[in-house]
Amino acid sequence: MRILVCVKRVPAPGAKINVTDDGQAVDTSNLGFTTSPHEECALEEAVQIAEREAGTVTVLTLGPAEAVEQLRYAASVGAGEIILVPTDGRSWDPQRTAAAITEAIQTSEVENGTYDLILFGNESADSGGFQVGIRVSHALGRPMVNGVKGIDLEGDTVVARREVDGGFEIYRMPRPAALGIKEGINLPRYPTMRGRLASKKVELNQLDVDAETGAQVQVKLHQPTENISETVILGTDETAAAAVVDILEEIGVLS
Amino acid sequence: MSEFPTKANVVVIGAGIVGNCLVGHLARLGWTDMVLIDKGPLPNPGGSTGHASNFIFPVDHNKEMALLGEQSANQYRDLDLSTDSGGIEVARTQARMDEFQRRMTSAKSWGIEAHLLTPAEVKELVPFINDDVVLGGFYCPTVSVVDSLETGTVMRKEAIEKTGLQVFANTEVLDLVTEDGPHDLSTIKAVVTDKGTIEADHVVIACGVWSNRIANMAGARIPLVPAVHQMADVGPMDILAETNNEIGYPIVRDMDTFCYERQSSGSMEVGSYAHRPIFLHPDEIPSNDEAALSPTELPFTPDDFDQQMEEAIELMDMLGDAEIKYAINGLLSLTPDAMPCLGETPEVANLWSAAAVWVKEGPGMAQVVAEWMTYGYPRVIDAHGADIARFYEWEKSDEHIWARSAEHFNKTYGIVHPSEQWESRRGLAKSPFYSREEDLGAEFFDARGWERPQWYNSNADLVERYGLGEREVEWDNRWWSPIIDGELLNLRENAAIVDLSAFQIFELSGPGAVAFAEYLAVNKADKPIGSSVYTPFLTPDGGFHSDLTMMRVGEDTIRIATGAFDGGRDKFWIKKYMPTDGSVTFTDLTQDVTTIGLWGPNAPAIVAKLTDFDLSHEGSPYGSYRDAQIAGVPCSLFRISYVGDTGWEIYTSWEDGPALWDALTEAGVDLGLRPAGIGVYGTTGRLEKGYRLMGAELESEYNPVEAGLARPKVKAADFIGKAAYLAAREAGPLATMCTFAVQDHTDSQGRKRFMQGGNEPILTLDGERIVDSHGRVSRVTTAGNGAAYGKYLLLGYLPTDLAVVGNEFKVMYMNELFPITVVATTGSAFDPEDSRLKG
Repeated sequence: MRILVCVKRVPAPGAKINVTDDGQAVDTSNLGFTTSPHEECALEEAVQIAEREAGTVTVLTLGPAEAVEQLRYAASVGAGEIILVPTDGRSWDPQRTAAAITEAIQTSEVENGTYDLILFGNESADSGGFQVGIRVSHALGRPMVNGVKGIDLEGDTVVARREVDGGFEIYRMPRPAALGIKEGINLPRYPTMRGRLASKKVELNQLDVDAETGAQVQVKLHQPTENISETVILGTDETAAAAVVDILEEIGVLS
Repeated sequence: MSEFPTKANVVVIGAGIVGNCLVGHLARLGWTDMVLIDKGPLPNPGGSTGHASNFIFPVDHNKEMALLGEQSANQYRDLDLSTDSGGIEVARTQARMDEFQRRMTSAKSWGIEAHLLTPAEVKELVPFINDDVVLGGFYCPTVSVVDSLETGTVMRKEAIEKTGLQVFANTEVLDLVTEDGPHDLSTIKAVVTDKGTIEADHVVIACGVWSNRIANMAGARIPLVPAVHQMADVGPMDILAETNNEIGYPIVRDMDTFCYERQSSGSMEVGSYAHRPIFLHPDEIPSNDEAALSPTELPFTPDDFDQQMEEAIELMDMLGDAEIKYAINGLLSLTPDAMPCLGETPEVANLWSAAAVWVKEGPGMAQVVAEWMTYGYPRVIDAHGADIARFYEWEKSDEHIWARSAEHFNKTYGIVHPSEQWESRRGLAKSPFYSREEDLGAEFFDARGWERPQWYNSNADLVERYGLGEREVEWDNRWWSPIIDGELLNLRENAAIVDLSAFQIFELSGPGAVAFAEYLAVNKADKPIGSSVYTPFLTPDGGFHSDLTMMRVGEDTIRIATGAFDGGRDKFWIKKYMPTDGSVTFTDLTQDVTTIGLWGPNAPAIVAKLTDFDLSHEGSPYGSYRDAQIAGVPCSLFRISYVGDTGWEIYTSWEDGPALWDALTEAGVDLGLRPAGIGVYGTTGRLEKGYRLMGAELESEYNPVEAGLARPKVKAADFIGKAAYLAAREAGPLATMCTFAVQDHTDSQGRKRFMQGGNEPILTLDGERIVDSHGRVSRVTTAGNGAAYGKYLLLGYLPTDLAVVGNEFKVMYMNELFPITVVATTGSAFDPEDSRLKG
C-alpha cells in the first residue's frame, strides 16, 4: 500500500495576518508556518492506514525551499519519504500548481510505482481554492472524492464517506484513487522528540518541475475590516444584578 | 472602568512580574497616586512573564543575584504562591563536578541547603533519569516553582486596595515627554498613550523586552536585547501525571548541555540555553494582535533544538516518545554584562528602569527599585552591579549589546571563572601607552571597555628571579600568572610603572564647586590648593556609594579620580546632586588626562633624574598635588599610593603621556623599574596594604566605621548620608573589615589551592557560617597573594567582637576548609607603620 499525501505550507493561524503594502503577498515577518489543518488530518489518516496495512507514506509539497520544514514535520509523524517541488517563492495559481504536482507524481511513480491512494486536504488554509486535488486527480485519470471524513479499504476498493445534511454519502472507488480529506476525520498526533530526530534522517527528494501559468490571476490581497465586538463587564458580585435587570428589560426579556 | 487620568505621581509602564511587584512595594512604602499601564490584556499582557518556566535555583556565585533570588523566592513563599520542588543540577563532565564543589561553597556563603549526590542518589529522587550519563548531582531542596502571574495579580491588587492604584490594560505608550534641564539631564514630564496623556512626576519602565524602545522615546537607553530561549513542552507521561501535581519531581538542570527538564503537571518542559543566540530588535516583536500565541512566544525553530532533544532523550529516555505539544521561541531580556538594569536612568531624571529582570528575581528587584525611589538608594542589598548608571556610552550601542549578549548567552549554565574575560568587543578604550604595552606582551583585561594590562609577559624573567611558579590546579591558575607576584616583588624591591589611564577623571569648577564637593564627600574637600582628600561618597543611609580621591587644583576647581568600574555610576551620582543654579560646571577629562603610577623605593630616584622639582617629603608631601615638569613634560605629581610604596600618580595630557612614559621608563632602566599590571595595582599590592575597593569591600550595606575608613573627626559641613554616618559612629561598628592570612593551602588531595575572592565563606573553626547582627555574612571580598608579606591574603568582614588579630577561622574554597588567621583589622598586614610610604 503506497500512499501519497500532498500538503501546503501556510501561515500559522491565530493572529492578525498582515498584507504587504503592494497587496501582493502576506507579510510573513511575524508569522510561523504550518501545514493546512485538512492536510494534517490527511497525513494522520495516511499514517494510520499505513500502520494498519503495512504501507508506506510519501509526502509531497510544492512551495518555497522553506517548505521543507513542513516535510520534516510530516516525516516526524510517520512519513517515510518526502518530496519537494520547489517554486520560485511566489504563490502559484491552482492550474500551474496542479500541473506541476501531476508531473511530479508521474515522475515519482515511474521510478517507484503507482500510489494506491493520493490524499489531499479538502482545501488549502490560505487561498482556499478547492482546485488542486481535483485537477491533479483529473489529470492522472483517477477517481476523486472531496470532503471525505471516513476511509475504509475493502480489498482493492476504497470506501469514502462524507457528511451531508442529515447523513452520509458513501463512495466506492477502485484503487488507485484520490481523496480530499476534511478536518475532523481524526485527531492528528503531535510529533514525538524521537520522531522529530528521525525526520532529520529522511532523505529529501527534490523534483524540479514546472508548468504554464494558469488563468487565475491574483489581483490584490485585501485585509477585511475587523469586526470588533465590545464586552462590557457589568460587575463581578451581587451589585451587578441591577444592571443585568436593566439589560434584560432593554432587550425585552423582562418587561 | 475609571476615567483615564491626566496626572499622577507615578506611572509604571509594564504589568509583568516586575511592574506588578513594583506597584505593590511602592504601596507598602507609602507611595500614592499611582497608575499602572500595559499595552496587553491582564492578567497576562504578553511579555516574558507569561511564558516563564517559573522556577528559582537559589544558588548563584554572584551576591546580588543570589540574595535577590532568595529574597524573591521568599516573597513568592509569603504569598503562598510557591512550591519547594527541589532541584538537581546534574554533571556529565569532571569539570562540572568540580564546579559543583564551587556551588557548594556559594551555597554555604548564602546559607542555602545543598547536597552533592551520587548518580544513584540522583536516580532515587528522579527515577526516570538515566544515571549512566550522569557523574553526579548538586541538589538544592529549596529550589522552588512559583506562580508569577498570580503573584503579579496579588501585588497589583494590594496596591489597588492600599493606595487606589489605577490600572489600565490594552493601553499603549506612544511617547514619553521630557523637559530639558541643566547638566545634559532632562526630566520626565508625561507619558503619552493611545488612551490619553498622563503628566507624571516619576515614570518607571518595567517593560521587559520592550524596555529600550520605551526608554528611547525619552532619549534614555536601557541596554538590553530581546533574546530567544527555546522551550518545548512534551507529554503526557504517566509517571508525571500520577503525581497529580503541577510539580512532583525535582527540576533537573542538565548543566553540561545547558538544558533543563521541569515537570509541568503531566508534561515535561525542556528548556535550552544551548542554541545559537537568536536576537530581535524590539520593533521586530509582533504586537498582541499579530502574535499567534503572545508577542514573546515566537514560532519555534526546531532546527535549533534538535541537539537538545537528543541530549534530553539521553538523560530521560521517556521524553523521546512523548509528544511535543507546545514549543516556542520564548523571548527574554539579555544585557551586555548579564546583569539587570535597575535605577534611575542617567539621561532622564525621575525616569526609572526596572528591566532585564527574570521571574526568578522579579519581586526582589522590584523591591530594590521601590526602595531606591523612596530612600535614594536600595536598602535590601547593594545593587551597584545592577545599577543602570554603570554603563559607559559604548556599552549602550546595539552592536555592543548584541555582541556581548551573544557571548554570554551560552554561558547561562556555563562554568564561568571569576576572572573570565570577554572575547568580543575588545579594545573599545585604549590608553595612550597601548602600543608600548602590546610590545611588552601585556595580558590585557577588560574593565567596562577599558583595556588594562593585568601583567606583562616581558617580566617573565621575574618568575625565575624570585623563585615563583605556576599554581598546581588549572582553575587556580586560569586568568592568572606568577608574573603578577614577580611584578609586586620587583615593585617592593625597585620600582614599577603602572598605566592608570582608565582612571575616570572629572572636574568640578565654578564658584559652587568646592561647596558642592563638600556636600558629596564624607571627608573635608575644602582644603588648600594643592592638597587632596581620599573619601567615600555615602548613600543617604550612610553606606558606600563611591570611593575616590578629590584634588583641590584651583580656588574653584576640584578634580575627581575614580576607578574604571565606577565611572558611570559616580558621574551620574555627581550630576544628579549638582546645583541647578549654574554655580558648578562638570567636565569629564577622562580622555584628556592620563595617569601614570610610579611606585617603589627607587621611584623618587627615577623621577629625580628627570626634574628639578623638590621630591622630598617636604617638597612633595604625602597627599599633595603639585604641578611640575618631568623630562620637559608638564604634569602634576600626586603623592599617593594604592600599593603602599612611595611614589606618585603622575597626571599629564593624553598627548604628552607617551613622552612621559618613555622618559620614565628609560630613566628607570638601571634602577630596576619594570611595568606592573593591574594584578598588582588592583589586587596584590593593595591587598598587602589592606586598601579597600569599591564594589568589593565597599558596598552600601557597610559604612565607613565598619570599613575602617572613619576619620577621627567629622567635618562641620553637611554631606549626603551625614546623619546616618553620625549614628553609625555613635553605635560603633557591627562588623569590621579584616585582613586574613591563609595558613595552609593544602586540600584533601594534597594539592595547594588558592581562593579567588569569589564570596567564599569565612567560617568558624567548626565550619559554621558567621553572620553579624545585621544579617550580613562573613565572606571573602578580595583574595590574592601577598608575595612580599609572605602569605596569601584575604579581605572580609567579621562581626566586630570576632575581629581580633590572631583569631583563627576557616575559609571554604571548592567545598573544602582551609585555616586562616586575622592579621590586620583597620590597618594593613604589610608595613603597618607605612614606613615605606611616608618614611
